[in-house]
Parts: sequence; C-alpha cells; structure tokens
Amino acid sequence: MSAEAPALPAPTSRGSSLAGRFGDWLRNPWGKPRALVAWTWLYMAWSIVPVLIAVRIGFNTGRSRSTFQGFGLRWYTQDPELSVFHDESLFQALVHSLQLAGWVMVVATPIGVALALGLARWRGRGSGPANFLMLFPLVTPEIVMGVSLFLVFDNLYKAVPFGRPWLPWSAMTLGLVTFSISYVVIVVRGRLFAIGKEYEEAAMDLGASPAQALFRVLFPLLLPAIFAAAMIVFAITIDDFVISAFLCVEDCVTVPIKIYSTARLAPSPALNALATLMLVASLGAITLAVLVQRRFIRKRETAEHSAVEDFARLEI
Amino acid sequence: MPSGELGVVGQRRWYWPVFAAPGLLWLVLLFLLPFYAIAAVAMGGLDPIFGQPEPAWLPTAWDPETLGNILKSFTGNPAAGMVPLQPVFIRTIEYVFTATALCMVMGYPVAYYIARHAGKRRVLLLVLLIAPFWMSYLMRMLAWVNLLLEDGYVNKLFTFLNILPAPRNWLAGDSVTVVLGLAYGYIPFFILPMYAALDRIDKSQLEASRDLGASPAKTFLRVTLPLSKQGILAGTVIIMLPMFGDYYTPDLLSGSPNTSMIGNMINRFIHTRAGGPTGASITLMLSMFVAVLMLYYLFSVARAAREARQ
Repeated sequence: MSAEAPALPAPTSRGSSLAGRFGDWLRNPWGKPRALVAWTWLYMAWSIVPVLIAVRIGFNTGRSRSTFQGFGLRWYTQDPELSVFHDESLFQALVHSLQLAGWVMVVATPIGVALALGLARWRGRGSGPANFLMLFPLVTPEIVMGVSLFLVFDNLYKAVPFGRPWLPWSAMTLGLVTFSISYVVIVVRGRLFAIGKEYEEAAMDLGASPAQALFRVLFPLLLPAIFAAAMIVFAITIDDFVISAFLCVEDCVTVPIKIYSTARLAPSPALNALATLMLVASLGAITLAVLVQRRFIRKRETAEHSAVEDFARLEI
Repeated sequence: MPSGELGVVGQRRWYWPVFAAPGLLWLVLLFLLPFYAIAAVAMGGLDPIFGQPEPAWLPTAWDPETLGNILKSFTGNPAAGMVPLQPVFIRTIEYVFTATALCMVMGYPVAYYIARHAGKRRVLLLVLLIAPFWMSYLMRMLAWVNLLLEDGYVNKLFTFLNILPAPRNWLAGDSVTVVLGLAYGYIPFFILPMYAALDRIDKSQLEASRDLGASPAKTFLRVTLPLSKQGILAGTVIIMLPMFGDYYTPDLLSGSPNTSMIGNMINRFIHTRAGGPTGASITLMLSMFVAVLMLYYLFSVARAAREARQ
C-alpha cells in the first residue's frame, strides 16, 4: 500500500514554524509528517554512523583510536607487528571465529532442516511439546543458556573439550549449534508452509515414492531457504559473544571475545580493523542469503512485498 | 490402506517424527539437561578438598542452603560473607526499565513512520533498520568506546558547542553511559516487531475513525495505539529478556562495580570454581524472575507459527 493516500489540500499558511508543522500533521495525518521524517532519519544516523566511524578509524594511518587520521591499510596488513595479519593474537581470533562459524553452520543446518521437516509435517501426539521445545532456545536469555551449557560441560559431559573452536565436537561448537538449530527451523519451516503439500502430493500421485517426492521434488524447492538458513547461522555464530565466552576457557578467543577483553585498552586501531573484517563477513553472508532468496523465490508468491520485507518478518 | 496409519502426505505415522528425532534429541541433551544442571549445581555442595562444585543430580539430594542465602541477599539481609545483591538487583531493574522506556519513546515514532508514511523509501529504511541485527553487539559497543574516549568525537562536539566546559570521562562508572548504551544496543530489536504490528493495521479502520468524526489525535489514541498494543508488548519483552542478563555493556562502557548488573554477578561467580553454586543460584533466580516474560514470548511465537501454518 502506498502511503500517499487521500491527501487533503495542504494548509499552506501555517506551515512555517515547527509547531505549525506539527499542527498540520495533527490536522492531516495523511499529509507529509515532517517531524516524523526528521526523527526517523536522526534515529538512522544515530544507529549507523557510530559504526561507520569505527570502521573508518580502522583505516587510520596513525595510532589514534578516536580521531580520523590519514587513510591506509596500516592496521590490516602493513604494520609489521601490530596489524591484524601480523599480530598473532588478532589473527588467531579471526581464524577461530571463521572456524567456529563454519563448523556450527555445517552441523546445525542439516539437523535444523530435518527438524523443520519433521515438525511441519508431523501431526500426531507429541508434536505440540516438540514444537514448544524447539522455540524455547529462542526465548531463553543467552546468559542463562551460557551458564547452563558451561555447567553441563564442566560437570557432566567432561569428555567434551572447552574452547578449541577448530574441533567440530568442542563445547563451543556444540553450544552454538544448540543456539542455532531453532533459527534454521524457523527459516526453513516458513518456506515449507509457503510451498504447501501440493507438489509432493502430485509427485506421489504420479507414482513417486515418499523418498523420491522428498528428495527430487521438495528438496530442490527448499534449497534457497536452506542456503539462507546456513548463512544466517554463519552470521549469528560469527557475531555471538555470550555463549562463546562462557564456553571458552583457553586457546579459543574469537573476535567478539577479543573485542570484549581489549576494547578499553587496545593500543592501536587494529582492533577496529579486526572488527571491520568480521562485520564484512557477517553482512556478506546475510546479503548473499537475501540475494539468493530474491533470485529463486520471488517469482509468484511475494509480488506485494520486497525480499527485504520478508526478511524483516523472518526475524520475529 | 487403513487411514489411521497415514500421516499428512500419505506416509506412515512414524515417518515425519523420525526426521525430527535427531534435532529433538540434541535439544533434550544440550538444552533441557543443561537447564536442569543449573538447578543441580545451585542445590549441590562444594567438594571439601578441591573446592569444586559437586552437583546434586537427584532432587532427593537437593540442599537449598545456597539458594536460601542468595534469596536473603536479594531481599536485603545477606548472610555473613555473602555479597549484598539487593543494590545490584535494584540497579538492574532501574537500568532495564529506563533503557526500555527510552527504546519505546525513541522507537515508536520510527516504526510508525516506516509502516505508515515511508512510501518509496521504505526498503532503504528497512535495510538500515535491520543492518544492526547483523553487526556484532560488541562491535557496536566498540564504536561507542571510540566515540566516548577522552579525546573522542563526543567530547569534541560537546566542548565545541559549549555544552561541556571541559572533556568528560564518560567511560568510568557513569550510569548515564550504560543506560544509553543499553538503549542503543537493543532498540533495533524493539522497532522491528513494532513495525510489523503497525504495518498489519488495516488502513480502512483509520479512515473509518476519521469519517466518523474523530480528530487525528483521537484516532491515534483510540485506534492506532490500542491496535499496536501487541507490538509494544512483543518489542518490550524481546529487549527486556537479554537486557536483564546483560553484563558486557556495563563492562565495556563503564567497567566500574558501581554500574554492575545481575549479569556481572553471574559472570563473576561462575568462572571461579568455588563460586559455582552461587553463580548457578543467581542464574536460577534470574530465570524465575524473567520466566513470565519468557512464557509470554513463547506463547506469542507459538501462536504466530500456528497462524502461519493455516
């Protein structure tokens, strides 16, 4: 729906002062609400500009963490000791983050897709509680999940090693998979509801077995959503702090943990450079997800909404 | 084929549950059981030699002593040697409620504008609104650490405009910084559900209200506001849940014990061996305190999923 609905003739005489404009808007809420426009753009600036400034500081050629200096890649590659690629602790944090996000994506996506299929189609006894169980990790405060996972690995699953994000069976990987499964389910299940059951039923009427209907008909239709889910898991994991921090004991510093422990004392803008690399990774993953969704799903269903709007709904 | 054996798309009854099984098993072992572990550690004891937590896995062995001590500390008369938790608890509530109120006051107009008036700009605004979801929270706090340093741009701007006579140290135990940091961190998570709720309101209802003679202000107060109540509730719950457990915002933006929240206490105790039962008890208290919010959120998400299914 377009916003410029039945505009009444705009009163011109009062539109000069700020109070007058507000009065105009009260009299005619379908007209242009200038105060709202200003407020919204102010908010957007407040929300985004600090991050842009932090990114720009990472490109400083000097040592200041608070003021713009010359523009260059000193803190990414050039400084022989303190740049991200030469300071072992910063580079390790980047590697750990990527390893962790990669493993969590590889483990959580198939489990989540299977769970989404099961929960969307299973109607018998037990499906209600199963659905509730799936939603629970989404509403649990992260600190509670972090503490509970730490305690269970510390006291019960003692064979699972803490830290070591390069192992697919480390406490960090397992904990973040637990946190991510529900996101995969939400994304894939939403797509399953949109596809409906007709394709599978048609395939089976034409003689396909249930397995054939699943793998040759439903699975290709689901592929864009599965890809999007994998990318979302990657982005969530690479940005995650609380659960990672609780399950990291040694040799496991990821980028968010590094930011937490050194933001106040960092000696140079190299930390900003590191944070920027992570920002690129996670925004890149999400952009890929949106583009793929848009390319393969748009055709008939979502003529009215843009892909971005679908994405806005998906988060809730 | 007898119909009782058939599932939704014609498969046998066990067909779809088998797909769900690995995920459900995972959640039982790594979500439900760990949750139980909090209770087991909170009501367990300490190993007398090593000082490690010794969880009481069976409810028959539960010893509520630590939990009782924590409860006493929460209500204002801590036992000897126990940290007084009441001031921290009260401070947490103050911070969370102030930050949430700020999010509402600042966020509602933004959501309202994007849902109702943005027109061609809607997609751009939605992208800007969603972008912070995919930036690490820590990165967004780092940005403010840069800005609020002694020689940072905030001090430069404020001294230039003569709002401040001299640069101020914002990052040393300042409640204002922490509350604003919380509001900055969580406001996108309030605006998005708020936008979704306002976007769902049928425009013809507003037109009806106007046609029947209500003033625009009255239309807003009597139609739009009540219809967006669900969104306000959802957004509030979504941001309050993580805020109650936040410890990294005060750590990054203040670092002083004068701004500690409940999360800081949990984080402090859980990482020391002997503090295990204490940390677990505080976590248990926090979970019980936010349980109402969690259940409300859970039921509304479940309702939305059921509606999507139909």
